[in-house]
Amino acid sequence: MRVTKDLVAASATPIVLGILAEGESYGYAILRRISDLSGGELDWTEGFLYPLLHRLERLGHVEASWQSVPGERRRKYYRITRQGRAELADQQRQWRTVVEALHQVWPPFIALEGNA
Amino acid sequence: MTVTNGNDELEAQFAQWRAYVRRRPELVESDADELEDHLRDSVDTLVERGLAPDEAFLIAVKRMGGLDDLSREFAREHSERLWKQLVFTGDPGRDSTSRRDVVAMLVCAFGAAVSIKIPALFGLSYDDDGSFYAPNLALFALPWLAAFLVWRRRPGAGVIGALVALFAVGVAGANAYPVDSDSQSATLIMTHLPIALWLVVGLAYVSDDLRSARRRMDFIRFTGEWFVYLVLMGLGGGVLIAFLYGIFDAIGVEPDTVIGNWVVPCGFVAATVVAGWLVEVKQGVIENIAPVLTRLFTPLFTVALLAFLVTVGWNGRGIEIDRETLVMFDLLLAVVLGLLLYSLSARDPQAPPGPFDVLQLGLVVSALVIDALVLYTMTGRIAEYGTTPNNVAALGENIVLLVNLAWSAWLLLRFVRRRGGFASIERWQTNYLPAYAVWFWTVVLVLPPLFSFR
Repeated sequence: MRVTKDLVAASATPIVLGILAEGESYGYAILRRISDLSGGELDWTEGFLYPLLHRLERLGHVEASWQSVPGERRRKYYRITRQGRAELADQQRQWRTVVEALHQVWPPFIALEGNA
Repeated sequence: MTVTNGNDELEAQFAQWRAYVRRRPELVESDADELEDHLRDSVDTLVERGLAPDEAFLIAVKRMGGLDDLSREFAREHSERLWKQLVFTGDPGRDSTSRRDVVAMLVCAFGAAVSIKIPALFGLSYDDDGSFYAPNLALFALPWLAAFLVWRRRPGAGVIGALVALFAVGVAGANAYPVDSDSQSATLIMTHLPIALWLVVGLAYVSDDLRSARRRMDFIRFTGEWFVYLVLMGLGGGVLIAFLYGIFDAIGVEPDTVIGNWVVPCGFVAATVVAGWLVEVKQGVIENIAPVLTRLFTPLFTVALLAFLVTVGWNGRGIEIDRETLVMFDLLLAVVLGLLLYSLSARDPQAPPGPFDVLQLGLVVSALVIDALVLYTMTGRIAEYGTTPNNVAALGENIVLLVNLAWSAWLLLRFVRRRGGFASIERWQTNYLPAYAVWFWTVVLVLPPLFSFR
Protein backbone atom coordinates (compact mmCIF):
# COMPACT_ATOMS: atom_id res chain seq x y z
CA MET A 1 0.00 0.00 0.00
CA ARG A 2 1.20 3.48 -0.78
CA VAL A 3 0.08 6.58 1.07
CA THR A 4 -0.53 9.35 -1.46
CA LYS A 5 1.71 12.38 -1.56
CA ASP A 6 -1.06 14.77 -0.54
CA LEU A 7 -1.92 12.76 2.51
CA VAL A 8 1.75 12.47 3.52
CA ALA A 9 2.15 16.22 3.17
CA ALA A 10 -1.01 16.97 5.16
CA SER A 11 -0.15 14.59 7.99
CA ALA A 12 3.55 15.47 8.23
CA THR A 13 3.29 18.42 10.62
CA PRO A 14 0.96 16.75 13.17
CA ILE A 15 3.04 13.56 13.11
CA VAL A 16 6.35 15.36 13.72
CA LEU A 17 4.82 17.62 16.38
CA GLY A 18 3.26 14.57 17.99
CA ILE A 19 6.56 12.74 18.13
CA LEU A 20 8.32 15.76 19.56
CA ALA A 21 5.54 16.13 22.14
CA GLU A 22 6.73 12.78 23.52
CA GLY A 23 10.15 14.34 24.16
CA GLU A 24 12.98 16.03 22.30
CA SER A 25 14.53 14.08 19.45
CA TYR A 26 16.78 14.29 16.40
CA GLY A 27 16.28 13.66 12.69
CA TYR A 28 17.31 10.04 12.40
CA ALA A 29 15.36 8.99 15.48
CA ILE A 30 12.26 10.83 14.22
CA LEU A 31 12.44 8.98 10.90
CA ARG A 32 12.80 5.64 12.72
CA ARG A 33 9.87 6.45 14.96
CA ILE A 34 7.67 7.34 11.99
CA SER A 35 8.65 4.13 10.27
CA ASP A 36 7.87 2.11 13.41
CA LEU A 37 4.56 3.87 14.02
CA SER A 38 3.36 3.15 10.51
CA GLY A 39 4.72 -0.37 10.32
CA GLY A 40 7.13 0.78 7.65
CA GLU A 41 4.40 2.19 5.41
CA LEU A 42 5.39 5.82 5.87
CA ASP A 43 8.90 6.06 4.46
CA TRP A 44 9.91 9.69 4.48
CA THR A 45 13.08 10.82 2.79
CA GLU A 46 15.69 13.04 4.45
CA GLY A 47 14.93 15.65 1.83
CA PHE A 48 11.36 15.72 3.17
CA LEU A 49 12.02 15.57 6.90
CA TYR A 50 14.83 18.08 7.39
CA PRO A 51 13.34 20.96 5.41
CA LEU A 52 10.07 20.28 7.29
CA LEU A 53 11.88 20.48 10.64
CA HIS A 54 13.57 23.70 9.53
CA ARG A 55 10.22 25.15 8.50
CA LEU A 56 8.67 24.26 11.86
CA GLU A 57 11.68 25.88 13.51
CA ARG A 58 11.22 29.04 11.44
CA LEU A 59 7.51 29.13 12.33
CA GLY A 60 8.45 28.80 16.00
CA HIS A 61 6.68 25.46 16.54
CA VAL A 62 9.92 23.75 17.48
CA GLU A 63 13.31 24.92 18.65
CA ALA A 64 16.60 23.28 17.84
CA SER A 65 19.92 23.07 19.63
CA TRP A 66 23.16 21.19 19.16
CA GLN A 67 23.74 18.97 22.16
CA SER A 68 26.20 16.27 23.05
CA VAL A 69 24.83 13.46 25.17
CA PRO A 70 27.61 11.47 26.89
CA GLY A 71 28.61 8.47 24.77
CA GLU A 72 26.94 9.86 21.66
CA ARG A 73 27.85 12.22 18.86
CA ARG A 74 26.97 15.91 18.95
CA ARG A 75 23.50 16.12 17.49
CA LYS A 76 20.89 18.66 16.55
CA TYR A 77 17.95 18.05 18.85
CA TYR A 78 14.49 19.42 18.21
CA ARG A 79 12.10 20.33 21.02
CA ILE A 80 8.45 21.35 20.74
CA THR A 81 7.62 24.85 21.95
CA ARG A 82 4.54 26.15 23.70
CA GLN A 83 3.37 27.54 20.38
CA GLY A 84 4.03 24.14 18.79
CA ARG A 85 1.83 22.45 21.39
CA ALA A 86 -0.95 24.90 20.61
CA GLU A 87 -0.53 24.11 16.92
CA LEU A 88 -0.59 20.40 17.69
CA ALA A 89 -3.80 20.79 19.70
CA ASP A 90 -5.36 22.71 16.84
CA GLN A 91 -4.28 20.05 14.32
CA GLN A 92 -5.67 17.33 16.57
CA ARG A 93 -9.07 19.02 16.61
CA GLN A 94 -9.04 19.25 12.83
CA TRP A 95 -7.97 15.64 12.36
CA ARG A 96 -10.54 14.43 14.88
CA THR A 97 -13.25 16.14 12.85
CA VAL A 98 -12.02 14.48 9.68
CA VAL A 99 -11.58 11.06 11.25
CA GLU A 100 -15.01 11.16 12.93
CA ALA A 101 -16.62 12.09 9.65
CA LEU A 102 -14.81 9.24 7.91
CA HIS A 103 -15.86 6.76 10.60
CA GLN A 104 -19.50 7.64 10.08
CA VAL A 105 -19.27 7.22 6.34
CA TRP A 106 -16.97 4.23 6.18
CA PRO A 107 -18.15 1.33 8.41
CA PRO A 108 -19.77 -0.56 5.49
CA PHE A 109 -16.58 -0.18 3.37
CA ILE A 110 -14.35 -1.43 6.15
CA ALA A 111 -16.68 -4.39 6.69
CA LEU A 112 -16.63 -5.08 2.95
CA GLU A 113 -12.83 -5.14 2.90
CA GLY A 114 -12.84 -7.36 5.97
CA ASN A 115 -15.12 -9.91 4.28
CA ALA A 116 -13.19 -10.04 1.05
CA MET B 1 27.64 1.94 19.44
CA THR B 2 29.40 4.27 17.05
CA VAL B 3 31.30 1.98 14.71
CA THR B 4 31.75 4.86 12.31
CA ASN B 5 34.27 6.49 14.61
CA GLY B 6 37.92 5.52 14.39
CA ASN B 7 37.72 3.87 10.98
CA ASP B 8 40.06 5.86 8.75
CA GLU B 9 38.81 4.61 5.41
CA LEU B 10 35.23 5.33 6.36
CA GLU B 11 36.16 8.73 7.74
CA ALA B 12 37.75 9.59 4.40
CA GLN B 13 34.50 8.63 2.67
CA PHE B 14 32.50 10.80 5.05
CA ALA B 15 34.87 13.70 4.41
CA GLN B 16 34.46 13.28 0.68
CA TRP B 17 30.69 13.11 0.95
CA ARG B 18 30.72 16.21 3.11
CA ALA B 19 32.76 18.07 0.54
CA TYR B 20 30.12 17.25 -2.07
CA VAL B 21 27.37 18.49 0.22
CA ARG B 22 29.18 21.73 0.99
CA ARG B 23 29.43 22.54 -2.71
CA ARG B 24 25.65 23.04 -2.78
CA PRO B 25 24.70 26.60 -2.00
CA GLU B 26 21.35 25.41 -0.64
CA LEU B 27 23.02 23.31 2.05
CA VAL B 28 24.85 25.28 4.70
CA GLU B 29 27.35 24.06 7.26
CA SER B 30 24.77 23.09 9.88
CA ASP B 31 22.78 21.12 7.29
CA ALA B 32 25.92 19.23 6.38
CA ASP B 33 26.47 18.47 10.08
CA GLU B 34 22.91 17.32 10.50
CA LEU B 35 22.88 15.17 7.36
CA GLU B 36 26.25 13.67 8.22
CA ASP B 37 24.94 12.73 11.64
CA HIS B 38 21.97 11.13 9.95
CA LEU B 39 24.22 9.23 7.57
CA ARG B 40 26.35 7.98 10.45
CA ASP B 41 23.23 6.75 12.26
CA SER B 42 22.13 4.85 9.15
CA VAL B 43 25.58 3.32 8.76
CA ASP B 44 25.62 2.33 12.45
CA THR B 45 22.25 0.62 12.12
CA LEU B 46 23.32 -1.27 9.01
CA VAL B 47 26.59 -2.37 10.60
CA GLU B 48 24.65 -3.65 13.62
CA ARG B 49 22.68 -5.78 11.18
CA GLY B 50 25.97 -7.34 10.06
CA LEU B 51 27.12 -5.33 7.05
CA ALA B 52 30.74 -4.32 6.53
CA PRO B 53 31.26 -0.59 7.19
CA ASP B 54 32.02 0.32 3.57
CA GLU B 55 28.98 -1.57 2.31
CA ALA B 56 26.89 0.10 4.95
CA PHE B 57 28.18 3.48 3.83
CA LEU B 58 27.26 2.84 0.20
CA ILE B 59 23.76 1.71 1.09
CA ALA B 60 23.20 4.59 3.52
CA VAL B 61 24.27 7.15 0.90
CA LYS B 62 22.08 5.50 -1.69
CA ARG B 63 19.10 5.63 0.65
CA MET B 64 19.60 9.29 1.30
CA GLY B 65 19.01 9.83 -2.42
CA GLY B 66 20.68 12.11 -4.92
CA LEU B 67 22.06 15.38 -3.70
CA ASP B 68 20.18 17.12 -6.51
CA ASP B 69 16.83 16.06 -5.08
CA LEU B 70 17.98 16.76 -1.57
CA SER B 71 19.15 20.27 -2.31
CA ARG B 72 16.00 20.98 -4.32
CA GLU B 73 13.92 20.09 -1.27
CA PHE B 74 16.11 22.26 0.95
CA ALA B 75 15.92 25.12 -1.54
CA ARG B 76 12.14 25.08 -1.32
CA GLU B 77 12.36 25.87 2.38
CA HIS B 78 15.51 28.02 2.29
CA SER B 79 15.20 29.99 -0.93
CA GLU B 80 17.04 32.88 0.71
CA ARG B 81 20.23 30.85 0.60
CA LEU B 82 20.37 31.15 -3.16
CA TRP B 83 20.77 34.87 -2.56
CA LYS B 84 24.20 34.63 -1.13
CA GLN B 85 24.37 36.65 2.01
CA LEU B 86 27.42 38.71 2.51
CA VAL B 87 27.68 40.11 5.97
CA PHE B 88 25.33 38.50 8.39
CA THR B 89 25.63 34.79 7.72
CA GLY B 90 29.15 33.52 7.89
CA ASP B 91 30.48 30.02 8.03
CA PRO B 92 30.41 29.08 11.68
CA GLY B 93 33.80 27.43 11.21
CA ARG B 94 35.35 30.74 10.23
CA ASP B 95 33.50 32.73 12.85
CA SER B 96 36.42 33.65 15.06
CA THR B 97 38.64 34.89 12.22
CA SER B 98 35.83 36.80 10.55
CA ARG B 99 34.88 38.38 13.86
CA ARG B 100 38.47 39.48 14.37
CA ASP B 101 38.36 40.91 10.83
CA VAL B 102 35.28 42.88 11.73
CA VAL B 103 36.98 44.26 14.82
CA ALA B 104 40.09 45.21 12.85
CA MET B 105 37.91 46.83 10.19
CA LEU B 106 35.98 48.81 12.80
CA VAL B 107 39.20 49.95 14.46
CA CYS B 108 40.62 51.11 11.12
CA ALA B 109 37.39 52.79 10.00
CA PHE B 110 37.06 54.52 13.35
CA GLY B 111 40.71 55.54 13.21
CA ALA B 112 40.16 57.05 9.78
CA ALA B 113 37.08 58.96 10.96
CA VAL B 114 38.96 60.29 14.00
CA SER B 115 42.10 61.16 12.05
CA ILE B 116 40.25 63.35 9.59
CA LYS B 117 38.93 65.41 12.52
CA ILE B 118 42.33 65.88 14.17
CA PRO B 119 43.19 68.94 12.04
CA ALA B 120 39.99 70.49 13.43
CA LEU B 121 41.81 70.72 16.77
CA PHE B 122 44.14 73.18 15.06
CA GLY B 123 41.27 75.26 13.80
CA LEU B 124 40.93 73.84 10.28
CA SER B 125 37.42 73.05 9.13
CA TYR B 126 36.54 70.65 6.33
CA ASP B 127 34.10 73.09 4.81
CA ASP B 128 36.34 76.16 4.73
CA ASP B 129 39.92 74.91 4.43
CA GLY B 130 39.69 73.14 1.11
CA SER B 131 43.29 74.01 0.28
CA PHE B 132 44.46 71.85 3.18
CA TYR B 133 41.94 69.04 2.87
CA ALA B 134 41.89 68.65 -0.92
CA PRO B 135 45.43 67.30 -1.32
CA ASN B 136 45.39 65.51 2.05
CA LEU B 137 42.03 63.76 1.89
CA ALA B 138 43.41 60.43 0.64
CA LEU B 139 46.00 60.51 3.41
CA PHE B 140 43.26 60.26 6.02
CA ALA B 141 41.69 57.23 4.35
CA LEU B 142 44.15 55.05 2.45
CA PRO B 143 46.77 54.50 5.18
CA TRP B 144 43.97 53.02 7.31
CA LEU B 145 42.87 50.76 4.51
CA ALA B 146 46.51 49.72 4.04
CA ALA B 147 46.75 49.10 7.79
CA PHE B 148 43.72 46.81 7.61
CA LEU B 149 45.27 44.90 4.70
CA VAL B 150 48.60 44.63 6.50
CA TRP B 151 46.77 43.30 9.52
CA ARG B 152 45.28 40.58 7.32
CA ARG B 153 48.42 39.78 5.34
CA ARG B 154 51.01 39.95 8.13
CA PRO B 155 53.99 40.85 5.92
CA GLY B 156 57.56 41.19 7.16
CA ALA B 157 58.91 44.29 8.85
CA GLY B 158 60.64 45.40 5.63
CA VAL B 159 57.38 45.74 3.74
CA ILE B 160 55.70 47.54 6.63
CA GLY B 161 58.64 49.93 6.79
CA ALA B 162 58.38 50.59 3.05
CA LEU B 163 54.64 51.27 3.37
CA VAL B 164 55.15 53.72 6.23
CA ALA B 165 57.93 55.44 4.28
CA LEU B 166 55.78 55.74 1.15
CA PHE B 167 52.87 57.24 3.06
CA ALA B 168 55.31 59.64 4.72
CA VAL B 169 56.53 60.65 1.26
CA GLY B 170 52.86 61.18 0.37
CA VAL B 171 52.43 63.51 3.36
CA ALA B 172 55.51 65.43 2.28
CA GLY B 173 54.31 65.61 -1.33
CA ALA B 174 50.95 66.99 -0.24
CA ASN B 175 52.27 69.61 2.17
CA ALA B 176 55.96 70.38 1.75
CA TYR B 177 55.91 72.19 -1.59
CA PRO B 178 55.22 75.91 -1.55
CA VAL B 179 52.41 75.68 -4.10
CA ASP B 180 49.72 78.28 -4.49
CA SER B 181 46.31 76.72 -3.96
CA ASP B 182 45.06 77.74 -7.40
CA SER B 183 48.24 76.87 -9.30
CA GLN B 184 48.33 74.00 -11.78
CA SER B 185 50.78 72.16 -9.51
CA ALA B 186 48.28 72.15 -6.64
CA THR B 187 45.60 70.66 -8.89
CA LEU B 188 48.02 68.04 -10.14
CA ILE B 189 49.00 66.98 -6.61
CA MET B 190 45.33 66.89 -5.61
CA THR B 191 44.35 64.63 -8.53
CA HIS B 192 47.44 62.43 -8.73
CA LEU B 193 48.33 61.80 -5.10
CA PRO B 194 45.23 59.66 -4.35
CA ILE B 195 46.06 57.33 -7.24
CA ALA B 196 49.74 57.21 -6.27
CA LEU B 197 48.65 56.32 -2.73
CA TRP B 198 46.19 53.75 -4.05
CA LEU B 199 49.12 51.94 -5.64
CA VAL B 200 50.79 51.96 -2.21
CA VAL B 201 47.60 50.29 -0.92
CA GLY B 202 48.24 47.81 -3.73
CA LEU B 203 51.67 47.14 -2.26
CA ALA B 204 49.98 46.41 1.08
CA TYR B 205 47.51 44.17 -0.75
CA VAL B 206 50.19 42.02 -2.39
CA SER B 207 52.50 42.25 0.61
CA ASP B 208 52.26 38.56 1.47
CA ASP B 209 53.61 37.58 -1.94
CA LEU B 210 55.27 40.50 -3.71
CA ARG B 211 56.34 38.76 -6.89
CA SER B 212 53.19 36.77 -7.59
CA ALA B 213 51.36 37.78 -10.76
CA ARG B 214 48.19 36.15 -9.38
CA ARG B 215 48.26 38.43 -6.34
CA ARG B 216 48.64 41.48 -8.54
CA MET B 217 45.69 40.39 -10.63
CA ASP B 218 43.80 39.98 -7.36
CA PHE B 219 44.68 43.57 -6.55
CA ILE B 220 43.22 44.67 -9.90
CA ARG B 221 40.03 42.77 -9.05
CA PHE B 222 40.09 44.25 -5.57
CA THR B 223 40.34 47.76 -7.05
CA GLY B 224 37.29 47.29 -9.26
CA GLU B 225 35.14 45.77 -6.55
CA TRP B 226 36.27 48.33 -3.99
CA PHE B 227 35.28 51.13 -6.31
CA VAL B 228 31.85 49.63 -6.97
CA TYR B 229 31.22 49.22 -3.25
CA LEU B 230 32.41 52.73 -2.52
CA VAL B 231 30.02 54.14 -5.13
CA LEU B 232 27.14 52.11 -3.69
CA MET B 233 27.95 53.31 -0.19
CA GLY B 234 28.16 56.85 -1.53
CA LEU B 235 24.63 56.51 -2.90
CA GLY B 236 23.41 55.21 0.46
CA GLY B 237 25.21 58.04 2.20
CA GLY B 238 23.52 60.54 -0.11
CA VAL B 239 20.11 59.22 0.90
CA LEU B 240 21.09 59.40 4.57
CA ILE B 241 22.25 62.98 4.22
CA ALA B 242 19.12 64.01 2.33
CA PHE B 243 16.99 62.66 5.19
CA LEU B 244 19.24 64.16 7.89
CA TYR B 245 18.84 67.48 6.22
CA GLY B 246 15.08 67.12 5.74
CA ILE B 247 14.12 65.91 9.21
CA PHE B 248 16.27 68.41 11.12
CA ASP B 249 15.14 71.20 8.85
CA ALA B 250 11.55 70.31 9.81
CA ILE B 251 12.27 71.15 13.46
CA GLY B 252 14.06 74.35 12.54
CA VAL B 253 17.61 73.10 13.17
CA GLU B 254 20.06 73.73 10.37
CA PRO B 255 22.24 70.62 10.12
CA ASP B 256 24.61 72.05 7.45
CA THR B 257 27.65 72.36 9.70
CA VAL B 258 27.27 68.90 11.20
CA ILE B 259 26.77 67.33 7.79
CA GLY B 260 29.56 69.27 6.08
CA ASN B 261 32.14 68.96 8.85
CA TRP B 262 31.34 65.59 10.37
CA VAL B 263 29.06 63.29 8.42
CA VAL B 264 30.57 63.76 4.94
CA PRO B 265 34.31 63.63 5.75
CA CYS B 266 34.14 60.98 8.48
CA GLY B 267 31.67 58.90 6.49
CA PHE B 268 33.81 59.06 3.38
CA VAL B 269 37.09 57.98 4.94
CA ALA B 270 35.39 55.27 6.98
CA ALA B 271 33.61 54.04 3.86
CA THR B 272 36.93 53.49 2.07
CA VAL B 273 38.00 51.09 4.81
CA VAL B 274 34.60 49.39 5.02
CA ALA B 275 34.56 48.90 1.25
CA GLY B 276 37.99 47.26 1.43
CA TRP B 277 36.77 44.96 4.18
CA LEU B 278 33.64 44.04 2.21
CA VAL B 279 35.70 43.08 -0.82
CA GLU B 280 38.07 41.03 1.31
CA VAL B 281 35.30 39.15 3.11
CA LYS B 282 33.07 38.56 0.15
CA GLN B 283 35.81 37.19 -2.11
CA GLY B 284 34.27 34.06 -3.51
CA VAL B 285 30.93 34.64 -1.82
CA ILE B 286 29.36 36.81 -4.46
CA GLU B 287 29.82 37.11 -8.17
CA ASN B 288 32.19 39.98 -8.85
CA ILE B 289 30.29 42.92 -10.21
CA ALA B 290 33.05 44.76 -12.09
CA PRO B 291 33.42 42.01 -14.75
CA VAL B 292 29.65 41.96 -15.21
CA LEU B 293 29.63 45.70 -15.89
CA THR B 294 32.56 45.14 -18.26
CA ARG B 295 30.61 42.57 -20.24
CA LEU B 296 27.73 45.00 -20.58
CA PHE B 297 29.76 48.02 -21.57
CA THR B 298 32.52 46.62 -23.77
CA PRO B 299 30.22 46.27 -26.83
CA LEU B 300 28.63 49.67 -26.17
CA PHE B 301 31.97 51.44 -25.89
CA THR B 302 33.25 49.68 -29.00
CA VAL B 303 30.25 50.91 -30.97
CA ALA B 304 30.62 54.43 -29.56
CA LEU B 305 34.32 54.64 -30.46
CA LEU B 306 33.79 53.23 -33.94
CA ALA B 307 30.96 55.71 -34.49
CA PHE B 308 33.29 58.49 -33.42
CA LEU B 309 36.00 57.33 -35.83
CA VAL B 310 33.53 57.03 -38.70
CA THR B 311 32.26 60.56 -38.00
CA VAL B 312 35.80 61.95 -37.91
CA GLY B 313 36.61 60.19 -41.19
CA TRP B 314 33.37 61.29 -42.83
CA ASN B 315 33.56 64.96 -41.85
CA GLY B 316 37.32 65.11 -42.14
CA ARG B 317 37.19 67.21 -39.01
CA GLY B 318 40.25 67.41 -36.76
CA ILE B 319 39.91 67.07 -33.00
CA GLU B 320 39.76 70.40 -31.19
CA ILE B 321 42.31 69.89 -28.49
CA ASP B 322 42.55 71.89 -25.35
CA ARG B 323 43.45 70.72 -21.87
CA GLU B 324 39.94 69.53 -20.94
CA THR B 325 39.57 67.41 -24.04
CA LEU B 326 43.02 65.92 -23.53
CA VAL B 327 42.10 64.95 -19.99
CA MET B 328 38.88 63.51 -21.35
CA PHE B 329 40.73 61.39 -23.89
CA ASP B 330 43.11 60.26 -21.13
CA LEU B 331 40.10 59.17 -19.13
CA LEU B 332 38.71 57.43 -22.20
CA LEU B 333 41.91 55.42 -22.53
CA ALA B 334 41.74 54.63 -18.82
CA VAL B 335 38.15 53.39 -19.24
CA VAL B 336 39.17 51.23 -22.20
CA LEU B 337 42.03 49.84 -20.14
CA GLY B 338 39.59 49.21 -17.28
CA LEU B 339 37.23 47.35 -19.60
CA LEU B 340 40.15 45.28 -20.81
CA LEU B 341 41.47 44.60 -17.31
CA TYR B 342 38.19 43.57 -15.80
CA SER B 343 37.28 41.22 -18.56
CA LEU B 344 40.78 39.71 -18.27
CA SER B 345 40.35 39.37 -14.53
CA ALA B 346 37.17 37.33 -14.88
CA ARG B 347 38.21 35.26 -17.85
CA ASP B 348 39.06 31.60 -17.65
CA PRO B 349 42.74 31.64 -18.69
CA GLN B 350 42.37 28.21 -20.31
CA ALA B 351 39.43 29.05 -22.56
CA PRO B 352 40.15 29.42 -26.30
CA PRO B 353 39.71 32.82 -27.98
CA GLY B 354 36.07 33.69 -28.61
CA PRO B 355 34.01 36.48 -30.21
CA PHE B 356 34.28 38.60 -27.10
CA ASP B 357 38.07 38.67 -27.43
CA VAL B 358 37.73 39.90 -31.01
CA LEU B 359 35.32 42.58 -29.81
CA GLN B 360 37.83 43.61 -27.21
CA LEU B 361 40.58 43.81 -29.79
CA GLY B 362 38.28 46.08 -31.83
CA LEU B 363 37.73 48.28 -28.78
CA VAL B 364 41.44 48.59 -28.01
CA VAL B 365 42.41 49.25 -31.63
CA SER B 366 39.78 51.96 -32.12
CA ALA B 367 40.88 53.59 -28.85
CA LEU B 368 44.47 53.52 -30.13
CA VAL B 369 43.53 55.13 -33.44
CA ILE B 370 41.62 57.88 -31.65
CA ASP B 371 44.53 58.44 -29.33
CA ALA B 372 46.96 58.68 -32.23
CA LEU B 373 44.81 61.53 -33.59
CA VAL B 374 44.79 63.19 -30.18
CA LEU B 375 48.55 62.90 -29.72
CA TYR B 376 49.16 64.30 -33.19
CA THR B 377 47.14 67.42 -32.36
CA MET B 378 48.67 67.63 -28.91
CA THR B 379 52.28 67.74 -30.07
CA GLY B 380 51.34 70.57 -32.39
CA ARG B 381 49.84 72.44 -29.48
CA ILE B 382 52.85 71.95 -27.24
CA ALA B 383 55.13 73.11 -30.03
CA GLU B 384 52.99 76.22 -30.35
CA TYR B 385 52.34 77.17 -26.71
CA GLY B 386 55.15 75.45 -24.81
CA THR B 387 54.82 73.10 -21.89
CA THR B 388 52.82 73.55 -18.70
CA PRO B 389 52.60 71.16 -15.73
CA ASN B 390 49.12 70.21 -16.84
CA ASN B 391 49.85 69.26 -20.40
CA VAL B 392 53.03 67.39 -19.41
CA ALA B 393 51.06 65.36 -16.87
CA ALA B 394 48.23 64.71 -19.33
CA LEU B 395 50.66 63.80 -22.08
CA GLY B 396 52.62 61.50 -19.77
CA GLU B 397 49.47 59.68 -18.75
CA ASN B 398 48.50 59.39 -22.34
CA ILE B 399 51.83 57.79 -23.21
CA VAL B 400 51.74 55.42 -20.23
CA LEU B 401 48.27 54.22 -21.23
CA LEU B 402 49.12 54.17 -24.92
CA VAL B 403 52.14 51.92 -24.41
CA ASN B 404 50.07 49.55 -22.33
CA LEU B 405 47.18 49.42 -24.80
CA ALA B 406 49.42 49.14 -27.86
CA TRP B 407 51.24 46.13 -26.49
CA SER B 408 47.94 44.68 -25.20
CA ALA B 409 46.48 45.04 -28.69
CA TRP B 410 49.47 43.18 -30.14
CA LEU B 411 49.15 40.39 -27.55
CA LEU B 412 45.38 40.22 -28.06
CA LEU B 413 45.88 39.95 -31.81
CA ARG B 414 48.33 37.09 -31.32
CA PHE B 415 45.90 35.44 -28.94
CA VAL B 416 42.91 35.80 -31.26
CA ARG B 417 44.97 34.37 -34.13
CA ARG B 418 46.05 31.56 -31.79
CA ARG B 419 49.70 32.48 -32.00
CA GLY B 420 50.08 33.25 -28.31
CA GLY B 421 48.65 32.30 -24.95
CA PHE B 422 46.26 34.24 -22.80
CA ALA B 423 48.68 34.15 -19.90
CA SER B 424 51.04 36.58 -21.66
CA ILE B 425 48.31 39.26 -21.73
CA GLU B 426 47.67 38.78 -18.06
CA ARG B 427 51.38 38.85 -17.26
CA TRP B 428 51.85 42.05 -19.27
CA GLN B 429 49.09 43.80 -17.30
CA THR B 430 50.33 42.70 -13.91
CA ASN B 431 53.95 43.54 -14.73
CA TYR B 432 52.86 46.97 -15.92
CA LEU B 433 51.37 48.04 -12.57
CA PRO B 434 54.65 49.56 -11.26
CA ALA B 435 54.78 51.78 -14.37
CA TYR B 436 51.64 53.60 -13.21
CA ALA B 437 53.14 53.99 -9.75
CA VAL B 438 56.32 55.48 -11.19
CA TRP B 439 54.45 57.98 -13.35
CA PHE B 440 51.93 59.10 -10.72
CA TRP B 441 54.62 59.59 -8.10
CA THR B 442 56.67 61.51 -10.67
CA VAL B 443 53.76 63.86 -11.28
CA VAL B 444 53.30 64.43 -7.54
CA LEU B 445 56.95 64.77 -6.57
CA VAL B 446 58.91 65.88 -9.63
CA LEU B 447 56.66 68.02 -11.81
CA PRO B 448 55.90 70.80 -9.26
CA PRO B 449 59.58 71.69 -8.59
CA LEU B 450 60.39 71.16 -12.29
CA PHE B 451 57.95 73.89 -13.21
CA SER B 452 58.90 75.97 -10.15
CA PHE B 453 55.49 75.35 -8.54
CA ARG B 454 53.54 77.10 -11.28
